[in-house]
Amino acid sequence: MANIMIRRSDKGDYVFYLPKRDLEDTIVSMEFDTPEKWGGEIKLNNGGAYFIEPQAAPARLPYSVRAKRLDAAE
Amino acid sequence: MSNLTKEQAEALIAEVLEVYPEKAKKDREKHLAVNDQSIEQSKKCITSNRKSLPGVMTIRGCAYAGSKGVVWGPIKDMIHISHGPVGCGQYSRAGRRNYYVGVTGVNTYGTMNFTSDFQEKDIVFGGDKKLAKLIGEIEGLFPLHKGISVQSECPIGLIGDDIEAVSKKAAVEIDKPVVPVRCEGFRGVSQSLGHHIANDAIRDWVFGRDGKDVKQEFVPSPYDVSIIGDYNIGGDAWSSRILLEEMGLRVVAQWSGDGTLSEIELTPKVKLNLIHCYRSMNYIARHMEEKYNIPWIEYNFFGPTKIAESLRAIAAHFDDKIKAGAEAVIAKYQPMVDAIKAKYNPRLEGKRVMLYVGGLRPRHVIGSYEDLGMEVVGTGYEFGHNDDYDRTIKEMGNATLLYDDVTGFEFEEFVKRVQPDLVGSGIKEKYIFQKMGVPFRQMHSWDYSGPYHGYDGFAIFARDMDMTINNPCWKKLQAPWLKKPEAEVEMAKAA
Repeated sequence: MANIMIRRSDKGDYVFYLPKRDLEDTIVSMEFDTPEKWGGEIKLNNGGAYFIEPQAAPARLPYSVRAKRLDAAE
Repeated sequence: MSNLTKEQAEALIAEVLEVYPEKAKKDREKHLAVNDQSIEQSKKCITSNRKSLPGVMTIRGCAYAGSKGVVWGPIKDMIHISHGPVGCGQYSRAGRRNYYVGVTGVNTYGTMNFTSDFQEKDIVFGGDKKLAKLIGEIEGLFPLHKGISVQSECPIGLIGDDIEAVSKKAAVEIDKPVVPVRCEGFRGVSQSLGHHIANDAIRDWVFGRDGKDVKQEFVPSPYDVSIIGDYNIGGDAWSSRILLEEMGLRVVAQWSGDGTLSEIELTPKVKLNLIHCYRSMNYIARHMEEKYNIPWIEYNFFGPTKIAESLRAIAAHFDDKIKAGAEAVIAKYQPMVDAIKAKYNPRLEGKRVMLYVGGLRPRHVIGSYEDLGMEVVGTGYEFGHNDDYDRTIKEMGNATLLYDDVTGFEFEEFVKRVQPDLVGSGIKEKYIFQKMGVPFRQMHSWDYSGPYHGYDGFAIFARDMDMTINNPCWKKLQAPWLKKPEAEVEMAKAA
């Protein structure tokens, strides 16, 4: 489990940031992306995959959340 | 020598790597790359932020250097205790030219060294008592200080002193913030982790403290911004600040060059954070974005092209008044820029530069050189991460060299082969290259010149580069009796 921060880029897509490793990358897909259910499996541009417990979408980004690493790219 | 092609550059890297033993070669080749703008992600071509190879010469610093030397040190009205043996603080004392205004020793303490001077008994019995006593002494001797930070040196972490407990107790006693920073030198692979730790210490121990200045009426304006990650080397932050103020913004805080504790405490009230050194202060900007909903943008005040771009990007976050202000500032300085270019470009056109510095400069100064008609043919970070290289790839031309945490040997070999007209790096490299006959500028301390930020800085930058590259001394490096007769003729002509 790792603390991650999700924010929106200027272009409007989600950006993933893992402070512990200074890893910043765009999120290419998020399993659930509706106001009621948000999170699930997220896939990064670098090929990594993380899992966020599905939850109600945060009111405001950036948002820090615990995530589980499924498949790290490095 | 003309520019390398991609194949030649790759061959050069392979040739330089030849001397290493198998294992070292495998490690080092990941850190050297030929730039290819089509690559979106730097990690496909270059590895960074890894432990340096034992046995090679690296110019990296430690976490203490990142925290005390870079982030905390310039905060002028706080006293930064180098907690541990005397050397770390004393040998780095006043090494960075973080200019500030104030009376040193009375209300500012930037160039002074405070240390707990650990002796054997402190290692054996712990140094907590000594730290508490030291804080009391500081309070007595320098009553105008606004706060204290305790910058740990290696032994503190090794012996497990509880500096947090001492700091909390002392903070109550002196009624000023006392910030323990766990920046022991052995943490991380370079100073980069020290920046991160220092940022986290500000987040945990300064923000949310509701200091005296925050409680007093701070009247917010819609044009409040803060300059983050400008360390005022040679006055850089000042020459940046005037541009922002001219376009109608109000600069509330400078982090941390010429900065004060109250400025830092007020930063969560600004409307926009402007990040110059992304590497050392993006952490706190990200935190403020999440917690205080303050957006941040990166900007670049090296060279008129990038300044204009940055001013417009900053203005885009504000209303039309600021946008008009930005255009007015750009227009105001345009004649000055044209004059500088007219004077120096003919002397500098086509000159090639190799850089190896830290932080933001390996990519930020490229624009400045390009404005003078020069070309950057190689660049590298001491302690950059992948996100730095992501940003660098777009700035650099194709088939230029990228080197991460370059070793002394590699750097020398690259310079010998590429034969740039100028090398920009630090003091440790300076005399090696000057003795090789390559013009050199220190790009950490601006070679005791500066500022280089902003339009005023560009004028100084152009003058300095010209002064170095076109210095007549470079023609006199060969002993007279070794000179060929043609050279003598040329000299006679020139005289």
